[in-house]
Amino acid sequence: MIADLLLVAAMLIVALASMLARQAFTAVALFIAYGLLLTLAWVRLAAVDVAMTEAAIGAGLSGVLLLGAVRRLATQASPPPEQPPGPAMTLLIALGCAALAAALGAVVLLLPNPAPSLAAPVAANLPATDLGNPVTGVLMSFRALDTLLESAVVLLAVVCVWALTPEGGWGGVPGAAQPVQRDGPLALLARALPPLGIVIAMHILWVGADAPGGKFQAAAILAAMWLLPWMAGLVTPPPIAARWLRWTIAIGPVVFIAIGLAGAVIEGAFLAYPPGWAKPLILIIEFILTASIAVALALLVIGTPDTAQRR
Amino acid sequence: MTSATLFGLAGAALVGIGLFGMLVRTDPLLRILCFNLLGGGVFLVFGAVARRGAGAGFGGDPVPQAIILTGLVVAFAATALAVALVLRLASAEDKR
Repeated sequence: MIADLLLVAAMLIVALASMLARQAFTAVALFIAYGLLLTLAWVRLAAVDVAMTEAAIGAGLSGVLLLGAVRRLATQASPPPEQPPGPAMTLLIALGCAALAAALGAVVLLLPNPAPSLAAPVAANLPATDLGNPVTGVLMSFRALDTLLESAVVLLAVVCVWALTPEGGWGGVPGAAQPVQRDGPLALLARALPPLGIVIAMHILWVGADAPGGKFQAAAILAAMWLLPWMAGLVTPPPIAARWLRWTIAIGPVVFIAIGLAGAVIEGAFLAYPPGWAKPLILIIEFILTASIAVALALLVIGTPDTAQRR
Repeated sequence: MTSATLFGLAGAALVGIGLFGMLVRTDPLLRILCFNLLGGGVFLVFGAVARRGAGAGFGGDPVPQAIILTGLVVAFAATALAVALVLRLASAEDKR
């Protein structure tokens, strides 16, 4: 309990400091620390699958994305700053936000007892999927539609980011050109870490059926293993006109939908798996989705094609 | 007070902090960051609900946990799109 209190205090202080930071760089650095503290909170809440995702995506990829944006904006003329609200307005906003937080806190304190839970039905139906990890069971079977829509959202986000390409840059190499790093920690890590990271990602993907882990965590690690050499200037991303690249990010949702439709034909319900076939089908979807999501997450961090670097 | 309630209350406070930042900060990038602080708070409240639903041998209700996992990925996709919009806006301003 004391450890939890310290963790909560640290989380709130870091969040406040990040929100109030004068420099954007400081704010992002504190935000990454916030993500890591949140990861510990997820472990304390017995949500290890969420903790892994938070560390990889919430702290890791979001941090890289925001740091990259801070660096790019520093070299560009930013739009004229808006007028911040005056002292009276700020006070009013603070009161409103405090009221909202207090109301939410009251809701947390007034949650019904005993808590409603779907843990028992999940435990009862998990054997039908041959999976050991209940979260994977929910993601891939009981609430598979959510996961399908989510993979479509990631794909849609990539399409939207690409759609912001300035005139003349369409089909080109995405992202800003990265200066080549010949020495230093980044150059070393970009060479040494990917083989190890890829093995760890595949392990996390494989054990995800029975232990904490799975496609999102594995995909985030794989994306990071591509982003490292990209940031070190060692590899150039493929142009967004490349057909194989487009197919790679689309194939995951496409296979997921195809298997779902097959379920509608054979079993009479969209995304229903025939008895005995649940685990192999889930593993097929997980592996293909991992590839699609890994590439899509990396492309989201890399960003919009630039006119500066053509094909 | 259980630790689930404690983290739930922390989530509520984070929602307040994040929303305040979104309304008061003027730098668009910092607004996106505060949106993520707010999101972390919402997930934490939901995580407290999941922890209270522990049972059947699981440390928490796996259904809300899976939804939080989904939410994290969607929040990242939204953040990436927002950052891309800010960068595009800045480069448009740069050319003017």
